[in-house]
Amino acid sequence: MPLRLLRFALSRRHPEPRMFTERDKLGKTYDVVIIGGGGHGLAAAYYLAKNHGITNVCVLEKNYLGGGNTGRNTTIVRSNYLTPEGVAFYDRSLKLFEDLSQDFDLNLFYSTRGHFTLAHTDSAMRTMRWRAEVNKHLGIESEVVGRDFIKRMVPEMDLECSGHSPIQGALYHKPGAVARHDAVAWGYGRGADMRGVEIFQKTEVTGIDVENGKVKGVGTSRGYISTRKVLCAVAGSTPRITKMVGIRTPIVIQPLQACVTEPIKPWLDTIIVSGSLHVYVSQSDRGELVMGASVDPYEIHSTRSTLDFTEGLCAHMLDMFPFLSNTKVNRQWAGMADMTPDFAPIMGKTPIEGFYIDAGWGTWGFKATPVSGETMSHTVANDVDHELIHTFRLSRFKELDLTGEKGAASVGH
Amino acid sequence: MKLLTCPINGTRPLQEFTWGGEYRVMPDPDQVSDEEWADYVFNRNGAPGIKKEWWHHTASGIWFIAERDTERDVVLRTYLYSGKDE
Repeated sequence: MPLRLLRFALSRRHPEPRMFTERDKLGKTYDVVIIGGGGHGLAAAYYLAKNHGITNVCVLEKNYLGGGNTGRNTTIVRSNYLTPEGVAFYDRSLKLFEDLSQDFDLNLFYSTRGHFTLAHTDSAMRTMRWRAEVNKHLGIESEVVGRDFIKRMVPEMDLECSGHSPIQGALYHKPGAVARHDAVAWGYGRGADMRGVEIFQKTEVTGIDVENGKVKGVGTSRGYISTRKVLCAVAGSTPRITKMVGIRTPIVIQPLQACVTEPIKPWLDTIIVSGSLHVYVSQSDRGELVMGASVDPYEIHSTRSTLDFTEGLCAHMLDMFPFLSNTKVNRQWAGMADMTPDFAPIMGKTPIEGFYIDAGWGTWGFKATPVSGETMSHTVANDVDHELIHTFRLSRFKELDLTGEKGAASVGH
Repeated sequence: MKLLTCPINGTRPLQEFTWGGEYRVMPDPDQVSDEEWADYVFNRNGAPGIKKEWWHHTASGIWFIAERDTERDVVLRTYLYSGKDE
């Protein structure tokens, strides 16, 4: 038996450094309070400390780190969006992702796979050409490919899809990637912790103190904190927090479900998305097929799963990959997606001084983790919206200046 | 299978229905400012709770009201819209 194991058995305290410091006591005052210990909140904490030198910061998490939508998505990272603002924003995120393992000294298993968005109809092909041209114009590797190319790259796929919705072509995005999602939260959490940020799990926000339109403090299940700046990064719980400060938003919560199969021999090294069949799928390093579809069709504030979802998803998976008929689904779960009417996030300053929002991440939040942390930390530190997120400001709705980011969600429209 | 009760057609599978969003009173567009109108068009009460919602029985085209707890996803009652804003 290795001797170092004995240290673990005999020490009263854990003998190795933990990912983050477990703190007992909440401070009385912080420069910035971040609500939400998911990827976005922890990334904002990390960049506040690293880029802006603001370290008197605490992150409050109601549950455990990365246990919300950060750990519930299907881990796809891509930047082939439709609007120039969307492309610029997500491409910055992809660039940050590529260097993140080095930055953290932690293996994120960032794996560039190539991303296919399949087109089964003429109108879908038109949209793919449109997206490809926008992408190319903005310097993104993105092109329309034909059936021969798809056949060569994914020989296991039935291009006829059982005959009723044959594939005509696809939008191919070479830098499309997958990453280990909880490691992204841990990496940002550890980096922030090392720089002095305090992280509190199992700590719920019970109220936000606002006086004369300015943030004064935050009430929590561990006591009261005085602060002048609060960043709300809580995805599916956003309406509960905005209600505390009396801000109205267009956000509606709809569950997004996903599932994985049992591990099987590696055969799929690309990411496949079909808007018409409402499926996206990739194969994890463990061999599981990670699959998702569109959001559930009505508002629910819980993470329940349904059989309807698995049945519908599997039927469409079998249209594309009939040989999977004996493969079993192992696990199924849901996340609460904070949907917006224009499929774009809501980021930046709000009518309340010192209250900043990073929300409306619907089904497209994971890939934006690094860039949202970077831009929100800039916004909080300087009290000015970062130029990359101006287009995502909350006031765009009352100004009737929506973004029209239809390329946002992979499926569902 | 999840079920919902249509006031006309009785209890049917949920797949036969379409969600129409929360019941809201439309302001008179001539009487409100642009900002108030944009608030009506875009903003929603996204917080959990027992909500009064529009539902549509797709097969027969019946629109009706359901009172539903959005946290537990339990329907408390369904009834036809009275025609008067409440």
